[in-house]
Amino acid sequence: MSEEKQAAAEAGEPSSNRLVGTLAVAGLLSGIIIITVYLATFDTIKENKARELREAVFRVLPGVDKMQRFLHKEGALVVSHVEEKGEKPIYGGYDKAGKFVGYAIPNAGPGFQDTVSVLYGYKPAERVVVGMWILDSRETPGLGDKIYKDAEFVANFDHLSVDPKIVAVKKGRKAKPNEVDAITGATISSKAVVRIINEGNERWLPKLSKPGLEPALEKVEATPEKAEAEK
Amino acid sequence: MTQKDPKLLIQPGPQLRQQMTTPAVMRDVWYALAPTTLAGIWFFGIGALLLLITCIATAVLTEWYFSPEDERRYFLGDGSAILTGLLLGLTLPPALPLWMAVVGSAVAIGVGKTIWGGVGSNLFNPALVGRAFLLATFPIAMTTWTAPGDFFTMPSSIFALPLMTGVVDTVTQASPLGLMKFEYTDTGFVELLFGNTSGSLGETSGLLLILGGLYLWWRRDLDWRIPVGILATAMAFSLALYMMDSGRYPGPIFTALSGGMLLGAIFMATDPVTSPLTPKGIWIFAVGIGFLVVLIRVFGGFPEGMMYAILLMNAATPLIDRYTQPRVFGRGLDTK
Amino acid sequence: MAKSEKQAYDEFIKGVWRENPVFVQVLGMCPMLAVTNSAINGVAMGMATFFVLMGSSFLVSLLKNLIPKQVRISCFIIIIATFVTVVDYVLLATLPGIHKELGAFIPLIVANCLILGRQEAFASRNTIRMALADALGMAAGFLFALVALGGIREILGEGKLFGISLFGDNFEPWVIMILPPGGFITLGLMLLFFNWLEEKKKKLDAQVAATEGSDL
Repeated sequence: MSEEKQAAAEAGEPSSNRLVGTLAVAGLLSGIIIITVYLATFDTIKENKARELREAVFRVLPGVDKMQRFLHKEGALVVSHVEEKGEKPIYGGYDKAGKFVGYAIPNAGPGFQDTVSVLYGYKPAERVVVGMWILDSRETPGLGDKIYKDAEFVANFDHLSVDPKIVAVKKGRKAKPNEVDAITGATISSKAVVRIINEGNERWLPKLSKPGLEPALEKVEATPEKAEAEK
Repeated sequence: MTQKDPKLLIQPGPQLRQQMTTPAVMRDVWYALAPTTLAGIWFFGIGALLLLITCIATAVLTEWYFSPEDERRYFLGDGSAILTGLLLGLTLPPALPLWMAVVGSAVAIGVGKTIWGGVGSNLFNPALVGRAFLLATFPIAMTTWTAPGDFFTMPSSIFALPLMTGVVDTVTQASPLGLMKFEYTDTGFVELLFGNTSGSLGETSGLLLILGGLYLWWRRDLDWRIPVGILATAMAFSLALYMMDSGRYPGPIFTALSGGMLLGAIFMATDPVTSPLTPKGIWIFAVGIGFLVVLIRVFGGFPEGMMYAILLMNAATPLIDRYTQPRVFGRGLDTK
Repeated sequence: MAKSEKQAYDEFIKGVWRENPVFVQVLGMCPMLAVTNSAINGVAMGMATFFVLMGSSFLVSLLKNLIPKQVRISCFIIIIATFVTVVDYVLLATLPGIHKELGAFIPLIVANCLILGRQEAFASRNTIRMALADALGMAAGFLFALVALGGIREILGEGKLFGISLFGDNFEPWVIMILPPGGFITLGLMLLFFNWLEEKKKKLDAQVAATEGSDL
């Protein structure tokens, strides 16, 4: 301990102004540093997130080249460019020529361990699910995580009828177009994925536009990044 | 509360005059388990025998290795490690790769027993510690049940190289509990009694397990309250559920005879080291296990809950002992 | 100069081995158990802690005369939290995959008692040079422990080390090793091993001392 400090200690407590002052200065400096770093990394972080989402959408909707966000407002799907708090968007995928391909619908629900977030591709014209991607899960490594690590299970969702609803059956017993082979030893996780998709369908299918009448691709802001950049 | 041998202090006289040593009790338990073991080998073939030998040998070697040098000669003699190895082996699926059995047996003795200070000091039943570790570590191999088959055919999975997956080439078949849980299919009463079903090595034949239990009771090595308490509670609870929805929930007889219920109730829960001391405590312990088994089986994620039920109540045993300690004669209610 | 170099070196070695934060002081258990299911996660967590510890030790040592004793803990926490937030954003921007794996445990570095402990016990009482040597040693010791634990769990749990497959396709994963209980079990066994090593060393030292004594 320094002599100066010892002297101060002997003289008595430092004044409370000094204590408050020190903390205020420390907080101020800390705040400035944090804001600087936040601003410096903001764009990269945003871009990372958008890229992750775009990759996921492209994965669940084969043949898609461009996408845009939809919100359900006043009984119709509208294209949205700006993120709003509390909104629940879905995504529309378009091919190179700008023709509508299908929707990518995110939904989440309880799995075996924790919430599982699923993004799945849906083609309204044929009423089939065409792809499934797990955005986030904490399922048991080696068992439950097969819902995204087991290519065979994921392939179940490549062309899956949603009528009357998707059903998980014991592995090897898939017979009908709306059935999914569950993973041996991870029945609960498999059923969770199916249930999440069914719930997503229940919520979204009635709200989708009629086939052929989907919102057209707005040329200017084809991808979310561009929208962000312009903003 | 740290009494070296609380039994002597708690039980009032007259004391038993019978010569009851650890090796003598262990021998009785071996005799009681012999029919079940032989039946398991008969149903599941030579592979099962190899599995049991591996478990026992590993248990004995582990115990020998971790014992202080001057105690090594006693430990080989008291037989508790052999019993732990045998009990673990009886709870394993018959097609389990042998190297996994080695891991489980080493954990049973190393983590389940010697780490606590050797025989008599462990909190949990060592064989079940080994099994719990195996189930959490190799969930697929531990739930691959093979159907009883030809005596001389060995599933090639048991010879899988260490660290490698065993490929099961014999007929696999869901265990009665698995059938119940996932497909709501009942298994016949007669099959459960004689043991011609899939399942762990030593849990399939209800009849022989009951015979073993009766032998132990006759030899006074077993506190009858534990198995009776467990079975009565489990059956009562499952009867209540069965009456609510007989299509979904198993009946009381199925509950009592299927899975590890009898093996656990008669041979594992009754381990004097890990069960309470006073009759009142024993009743609490047994009722707790019976209740938990049905709860886990019916509402949990696993088809079988015996192992977890016993381990959980093992953990509660010191607490039960503390609250059921009888009042010392001549003193008030404060038993300090 | 040579003396101070020796001292600095001693402070460094102290952290890596003699007073290893994990195996000897049993500090920082929360990240230790939570994120070490693979060696690479151990490296990332270790490096994040490393950066925060070095930065805070430097600042605390530099400012030790300016900070009144009464508010020192608050000041330490502000300094640590600043560095942690910086690490959090930088990781999120540069290595989003790793950031996702480590998740909530990056902000929780603030609460790592190892870091606050070093500020209070060492950096606030020593020169910048010594404080840095101490921080370097402790951070290296922590990194070593995280990577060792993560490595063991990854080898048994997935048959890989740093993502490189070691045993081929037929490897049977030890699922428990990737789950939280595997962390507890492995850590327990490692503590056992280090205590055993310590005991053995003590015995050896005693023996050496005894023979030397008889020689004299």
